[in-house]
Amino acid sequence: MKEYRPTHVGTITKYVFVDSPDITPEELALKAYEISQGLMVKETCFGLQVTGKPEEVAKLIRQIREFDPNHIFIKDRGFPPGDPRRCRANLGGARPGFHGHEYEIPLLRYVSYGLEVSPEKSQEPMGVEKRAKLDVQILQRLMESQEP
Amino acid sequence: MVKVLIYPMTSLILSDMVERFGHQPLGSALSIRERIQTPSIESPPLQISPEEPKKGLRYAAVEVPSGVRGRMAILGPQMEEAEAAIIITDADFAFGCMGCARTNELIKYLVRNRHIPTLELRYPRDEEEGKKFVTALREFLASLGGKKS
Repeated sequence: MKEYRPTHVGTITKYVFVDSPDITPEELALKAYEISQGLMVKETCFGLQVTGKPEEVAKLIRQIREFDPNHIFIKDRGFPPGDPRRCRANLGGARPGFHGHEYEIPLLRYVSYGLEVSPEKSQEPMGVEKRAKLDVQILQRLMESQEP
Repeated sequence: MVKVLIYPMTSLILSDMVERFGHQPLGSALSIRERIQTPSIESPPLQISPEEPKKGLRYAAVEVPSGVRGRMAILGPQMEEAEAAIIITDADFAFGCMGCARTNELIKYLVRNRHIPTLELRYPRDEEEGKKFVTALREFLASLGGKKS
């Protein structure tokens, strides 16, 4: 057994996803570098990763969102950027977590559209159809039909 | 600000929307971050030790696979901490190379049994549904006392 010495203790990492017709990850990275004041900013193909002290990251994230509020999406990340346990440079293949992003990123344009519509003009909220409970008599019929 | 459990617990859309509308999203990234930033015995890749399935006994019986119990040791405390929850019902990607269908079912079951304010909805499939999706989230999160955006 080996001792584990963590790095980046006390920091948080946030993913910034850009799905905007007006700003690219490269432009956003440049703007983020300008206002980052020493935070670690890593440009990626989909946006950025920002690492630093929680309050500093929160401040930067607030500023980044303002560049295009309806097309910039942010979430927490557990690992710091480039961590050998997660970085695909070390592992090969897709990074764990990629498939979730791959699934949700094409849906971002619908969410952006929903955000662009003002609350007054929006429609009925989405609901999920409740499935009716199975009737007891149907259940009994099913059980009896399975008997030899 | 209310702590809102999101399901799928890695969801980008839900995490962003909860934070955007003034609340704190509770997802798996927070638990993983806590583990990988705590000095201990090396247990790569997620610093999940053999102790975790024992902690998971709080949520699932001993005959339940250790994978479920280990996951519940990470996700269970967040579920208990949550004051509200948002569940996407058609999140197929939550079951795959890193996911576990039984853990997902257990989480949803336990959340429903807690009787906290819960919003259930599905992913939008077009722009019209996108509007309804955002409206549902906006109204739900506003009803919890968050800011309006």
